[in-house]
Amino acid sequence: MGATRREFLEAGAIIGAGAAVAATAAITARLDHRTTDPVGEETVRHIEVLPSVPPSPEEDVLVRMQRDLARAMAKPVEQRRWVMIIDTRKCVGCHACTVGCVAENHLPPGVVYRPVVTEEYGEYPHVQIRFFPRPCMQCDVPPCVPVCPVHATWKRPDGVVVVNYDRCIGCGYCITACPYNARSRDLGEYWLDGAAETETTSELPILGQNAPWEKTPSNEYAKSWDRTKGSPVGNARKCHFCLHRLEVGQLPMCVTTCIGRATYFGDANDPESLVSELMAAPNVIRLLEHLGTEPRVRYLI
Amino acid sequence: MQNEGVRSLGVRVFQALVIVAWVIFAVLGIQGIAERLWYGHHAANYGSYVVWGLWVSAYIYFIGLSAGAFLLSSLIYVFDFKQLENLGRLSLFVAIVTLFMALLSIWFDLGRMERFYNVFLHPNFISIMAWIVWLYSIYTVIMILELWFSLRPELARMQSAAGIKGIVARALAFSRGPLSPEQEKRCLHYLRVLAITGVPLAITFHGGVGALFSTLAARPFWHTPLMPILFLTGALVSGGALMTFIVSAFWKNGDAEYREMLRLLGKVVLGLLIFDVVLEWAEYSIPMWYGVGHEVDLLNKVLFGEFWWVFWIIHLGLGTLIPLLLLVFGGDRPAAVGLAGLLIAVTFMTVRLNIVIPGLIMPHLRGLESAYVHPRLVFHYVPSFFEWKVTFFVVAVGITLFFIGYWLLPLIPAKDKESLHGVA
Repeated sequence: MGATRREFLEAGAIIGAGAAVAATAAITARLDHRTTDPVGEETVRHIEVLPSVPPSPEEDVLVRMQRDLARAMAKPVEQRRWVMIIDTRKCVGCHACTVGCVAENHLPPGVVYRPVVTEEYGEYPHVQIRFFPRPCMQCDVPPCVPVCPVHATWKRPDGVVVVNYDRCIGCGYCITACPYNARSRDLGEYWLDGAAETETTSELPILGQNAPWEKTPSNEYAKSWDRTKGSPVGNARKCHFCLHRLEVGQLPMCVTTCIGRATYFGDANDPESLVSELMAAPNVIRLLEHLGTEPRVRYLI
Repeated sequence: MQNEGVRSLGVRVFQALVIVAWVIFAVLGIQGIAERLWYGHHAANYGSYVVWGLWVSAYIYFIGLSAGAFLLSSLIYVFDFKQLENLGRLSLFVAIVTLFMALLSIWFDLGRMERFYNVFLHPNFISIMAWIVWLYSIYTVIMILELWFSLRPELARMQSAAGIKGIVARALAFSRGPLSPEQEKRCLHYLRVLAITGVPLAITFHGGVGALFSTLAARPFWHTPLMPILFLTGALVSGGALMTFIVSAFWKNGDAEYREMLRLLGKVVLGLLIFDVVLEWAEYSIPMWYGVGHEVDLLNKVLFGEFWWVFWIIHLGLGTLIPLLLLVFGGDRPAAVGLAGLLIAVTFMTVRLNIVIPGLIMPHLRGLESAYVHPRLVFHYVPSFFEWKVTFFVVAVGITLFFIGYWLLPLIPAKDKESLHGVA
């Protein structure tokens, strides 16, 4: 004899109760929009930019962007809206932004936040190349955030998508969810793995497996991260618009190292900012717009 | 009589092969696991672009075997399949062992293994991954309880047995002496309630594993609503095939009951296999007909790329066509049905590999690979020997657990542990 009606009813009750609990959990998770980030007055930073030099229309865009940055940091974090604009007509493909970023964030082998993609177009003999540096797009609808099983990645009030290195379990799901391949997996390697085991002396501080330059902690998210002790080894890593630099009034590293002044950064909520002006240009595009991720990085073509 | 002689020879050869394979897997596996725990992911070939590889494929493969074996056991308990009733407990046990193998595989893949508990402490119930981890946990509890309720009457009777078997029976029976008929009835009652509860649970979590992939709009190869259904069908066919093989290899008593059981299992597996092929045809033929786009490029790589033989020879030839012929023309012969089961169950790993890896090997932004060059930043992936060794470890653990259970617990009727002529 198979299962009786009573057995079906009892199992149905368990299944029904389980489904109700599951539905409650799912709906609660969907409706929960609380932020754990600090907001309001405590996030305001007062930064001075060249106090003795008056602003002028002719000044270098880097100085102007620095003034824009100071104005933005004087507001609470939830009133800032960071965007990046990259002028592909000015980009010469020197990769200084990539390298600057690697140096700033002490990126290990296999991890990159801002590669520069070369695109070739046209037909021989009329062939052209252009370059698309690809930082994290800091999407307004980030596909990487909802997939995280442990709430280790989220969008800050100023729009930057961040990773909590101390929480991340390293499952890689967010990495697969990003259509821009903007997330990397830190597998714990070092550039100096396999280098000669020479004595590191004060005369030769850059040689040998134990040279200190690679193992000094990085400052991501305004904290000290010592990879020899753990995270971010094993974690997902990504570009964060150099939040730790913004905190102290510095532009993201890729903006300052750009030799052609091709990368612009600033607060889109400030109509006086350079990025607000550039965003209105008719030749602005965003990458993979059809996927609906609403990226915050725009390109001038 | 002659058949019986051939059969016992076959059993001996098979046992020798299992022992040899187990030793090789265990030795290489322990080496691989030591490497994994000591050096982390250094010797693995996945990276930042192809972020999942062999271990994730092995995980969805084993989890499919588990869901399939479990659904088979539920079918037996809920609908009281007389011909298969002796298979219920063993199916449950195989489902537990393969679930453990799956979780072990995915655990080794984590960047920070020691933090897996964060899924319980800080779950994000929007993430499908968080959901399936919670559902696995409930599933594990249900399966262990089910197995206990199904074994308890037998364990209670075995308490006087000599040696370890008796000790195990006394430890697990929770009763003095055999159970009363009422107690046995109550065990069966709870068993059936749990078996019914487990059906929607197994469908949800394994469909959920498919949804884990198919919800990612960033990966066109995975982003198809058919994926959860394909995962479920795949689970049923691979899990069913595995159980078919196990019956043919471990039921030493080749009586009429055994033949009937295998005939029925063969029919079930054949039906599921055909259904799976139909779904796969839908999955492949529709984008191929359209002929343009990301998905077509990837299907072309699967069918005609560097690893074409994985699809055509291993999956379609060894895993589909030969079993199909064996089941259609040899459905009455236990050896043919068992071999078909073995072929389907083992080669199904290639189906899993051909889901996970092609999904990751083509970026939307063409040219990323040459933008910043490093072996971890490539869109090409072949598992390293180290990765295989870790998977061997998981297989060796699975075989060990299976044999311990087979030996210690009354998973199959005692008469089937003996051959008709005492040869084993």
